[in-house]
Amino acid sequence: MSHEAVLHGHESHGHDDHGHHEHHDTFLTKYVFSQDHKMIAKQFLITGMVWAVLGGLMSVLFRLQLGYPDASFPWLESILGKWAKGGQITPEAYYALVTTHGTVLVFFVLTAGLSGTFANFLIPLQIGARDMASPFMNMLSYWFFFSASIVMLSSLFVETGPFSGGWTAYPPLSALHDASPGSKTGMDLWIIAMALFVVSSLLGGLNYIATILNMRTKGMSMTRLPLSIWALFFTAVLGVLSFPVLLSGLILLIFDRNFGTSFYLSDIFVNGVGALSNEGGSAILFQHLFWFLGHPEVYIILLPAMGMVSEILSVNSRKPIFGYMAMLGSLFAIAVLAFLVWAHHMFVTGLNPFLGSVFVLLTLLIAVPSAIKVFNWLTTLWRGNIRFTPGMLFAIGFVSLFISGGLTGIWLGNAALDIHLHDTYFVIAHFHIVMGVASMFGMFAGVYHWFPKMYGRYLNNSLGYIHFWVTIAGAYMIFWPMHYEGLAGMPRRYFDFSIWESFKQFADLNRFISTVSMIVFAVQILFLINFFYSIFKGRKVTVQNPWESNTLEWTAPINPGHGNWPGEIPEVHRWPYDYGKDGHDFIPQTTPVGADETDTH
Amino acid sequence: MTLFLSIAIIALIYVVIFQIAKASEYVSILKGEEASRKQNNKINGFLMVAFLVLGFIGIYVCNKAYYSKTLLAQGAASVQGEKVDQMLWITLIITGIVFVITQFLLFWFAYKYQESDNRKSFFFAHSTKLELIWTAIPAITLTVLVIFGLRNWFFFTGEPPKNAMVVEVTGKQFGWIFRYPGKDAIFGKKYYKNIDPATNSVGIIWDDNYSQDDILTEQTMYVVKGQPVKLIIGSRDVVHDVGLTHFRLKMDAVPGIPTTMWFTPKYTTKEMREKTNNPNFAYEISCDQMCGNGHYSMKGIIEVVEQEEYDLWMAKQKPQYFVAFPEKDPSAVKADGAAKTDSTAKAATAKM
Repeated sequence: MSHEAVLHGHESHGHDDHGHHEHHDTFLTKYVFSQDHKMIAKQFLITGMVWAVLGGLMSVLFRLQLGYPDASFPWLESILGKWAKGGQITPEAYYALVTTHGTVLVFFVLTAGLSGTFANFLIPLQIGARDMASPFMNMLSYWFFFSASIVMLSSLFVETGPFSGGWTAYPPLSALHDASPGSKTGMDLWIIAMALFVVSSLLGGLNYIATILNMRTKGMSMTRLPLSIWALFFTAVLGVLSFPVLLSGLILLIFDRNFGTSFYLSDIFVNGVGALSNEGGSAILFQHLFWFLGHPEVYIILLPAMGMVSEILSVNSRKPIFGYMAMLGSLFAIAVLAFLVWAHHMFVTGLNPFLGSVFVLLTLLIAVPSAIKVFNWLTTLWRGNIRFTPGMLFAIGFVSLFISGGLTGIWLGNAALDIHLHDTYFVIAHFHIVMGVASMFGMFAGVYHWFPKMYGRYLNNSLGYIHFWVTIAGAYMIFWPMHYEGLAGMPRRYFDFSIWESFKQFADLNRFISTVSMIVFAVQILFLINFFYSIFKGRKVTVQNPWESNTLEWTAPINPGHGNWPGEIPEVHRWPYDYGKDGHDFIPQTTPVGADETDTH
Repeated sequence: MTLFLSIAIIALIYVVIFQIAKASEYVSILKGEEASRKQNNKINGFLMVAFLVLGFIGIYVCNKAYYSKTLLAQGAASVQGEKVDQMLWITLIITGIVFVITQFLLFWFAYKYQESDNRKSFFFAHSTKLELIWTAIPAITLTVLVIFGLRNWFFFTGEPPKNAMVVEVTGKQFGWIFRYPGKDAIFGKKYYKNIDPATNSVGIIWDDNYSQDDILTEQTMYVVKGQPVKLIIGSRDVVHDVGLTHFRLKMDAVPGIPTTMWFTPKYTTKEMREKTNNPNFAYEISCDQMCGNGHYSMKGIIEVVEQEEYDLWMAKQKPQYFVAFPEKDPSAVKADGAAKTDSTAKAATAKM
């Protein structure tokens, strides 16, 4: 079945694209409206990087306020104008920055930038296909993301400011124009941007699923797929099943905002406006709809990183990934559980305590597959022959961060502790380490590892090493102490702590964290320089398989054209993790199984 | 000028780092790929161990500097809080052990098994026994944590004892309103369309007889040491959250959907001032749910006092009904002028 599909895919796509390639490949079709999955991947990556820089810059700005609440920086006023009157960021601007930072990093960078890039780049190359199932839909997916980006960007420039009610956008704050200046035009643009984003992610996700299921090359059975592909597959399934729920929630929000309905509104009296006529709605309904996406979203961000890290750890340890089936099973378990734990974000909303207890149980259950993954990664390193490429370093860093952040998840998933720690800096520390920084590390690992395949050149190693060591040390210095602030109950999303007797003792710590965050941001700029310089001037790749890896993408030419393999698509004879087997350093997937080979997988 | 100067300096630093990195790449090409890879492996392998050691030292230093500033050091101020703290310790010990072991193994393996000509990597694809072990151990440990957690969870969210005092808390942008039921111990009904910021900030229905002795206060709430307090929590506009960090509890305030929370304070505010050696200590209510631009300043105070002091304070409070309708206040007949100024003052603060 899959064999036929591949042949069919080969014929139709190969011809189409080939004709495309030779005859009418203009600048516009090659670099802008490209239907080549590799180019689309690069578009996602670079757009994601632009957002990462903007989002990171925003965090530097609001950390400036948290670290130096009394200081004034005249240059801020020259950049931000009325949002930093007198050189100090206003509360309004602060909340807008926090909100945009969250939205952009979660959705635009770690969803589109991460799975958009690597699903597009790796799926056809690693399963042995010439392109995606629908290259046109794939192109649309990027352009919907691009339009979402433009709308989100434009919301930064409206007079009343961008949305400022937190990335979770809880109504009534997000539903009432008069509750906050950011809830006026800024919020409308935010919703439109998110709706476009959901469309983009659905078009992408359906394509990824269809491609993985139908277009594998001959011999590439599902259990011979690299774990990176499995992870991207589950990611796409999660996205396709959960993003529509967010969209429905946002549509109801549009109705409440503009057409006088009361889905989320009831019994409200707004200062300066008076009592509203809305009755009978439930503000909690939105939270259910939001977190039904919001929690799977965490795994949409994390799974691709896990998959790529598994792959990179195995390649550079020169050892098979330990427990392939267990890794696959735990990915599956995480994907299923991801849909059953959303209400752990809502333990303190007045949730029925019995329901809460069910969610405690299911939430802590996730720790089991997570533990399996960690132990399997550790065993993969054990007795390996490890090469520290920058990609490998970031993969090891990912495991370290995943352990640190995952363990605090056990604290927060337990409702009786969450009732104290909810919405404090403890939560900030937890999800930044386990989801934010860890997935960012997965993304860096992927970029360093597959850059030679993307551009036919190497990134500079020394810059990569500096980038890694400063970033991991900095990440821990920023987020580790935040656990202490959280244990003191210090709430999130506070503009200034100086009036609080219970929290102001951390002023010096906040200054320290802010300083480190600026250094870490500066080092990311170093990565950007490395990235863009190396695209054009980096050392050229001269061997087809620089990491001596087993997977299919390294059997394609150094600079693969549209269609990936010039001749036949290679046939696959084994799983991708035969490293160090029977005295061979590595055995590519395309090598037929020898007669005297030991049977393992 | 200084701005341009600092930008120039930063740019210069980037150029220098970049040039060094570039040079090291040329050196490694000259040395040959194999040799430079080995050198990189040595350096990074060493850094792995260094990071592990420095990391644990860093954790020690951080703990020494900041442990005393967390509330764990100071102790919980409610019966519930003590249970939370106990659970924090249990969870900390369990996750702490796992943390130390796994981080140690990770960085130690990375160092120990760095590439060497003398070693062949060990082909070890899976082991059902090992995998079963590390499925079972976390599962058992988590069961323990779940059982502990749920026992406390049902205690926290369960019914408060019969002798609990009941106070209604209403959040608004950006402050807290407290309502006591008065002598009859029953709250009058309310409807949000009756809200009048000056005299009726929660929308009490005055026709309801139970409402006429209800007492409203803003910003500060009084409770009695040792007596359970049940809070009925609501909001007037957006979602807020009653965060009681010293009591280790919090609960959202949602418009239209009342929530509840109860706790038993163990120390008076005065006792806590002595205990923490901080004359400014206060039980602060922090809003823990993003509610708008004034979110960070939405502060309330809980005064925990002895019974006598509470009775004295309560005796001084005037039912809101008489604030709204000064002419019906029996005490106002005696001291007409005084009551009038009182109500206008209240109206002025409510408007703020």
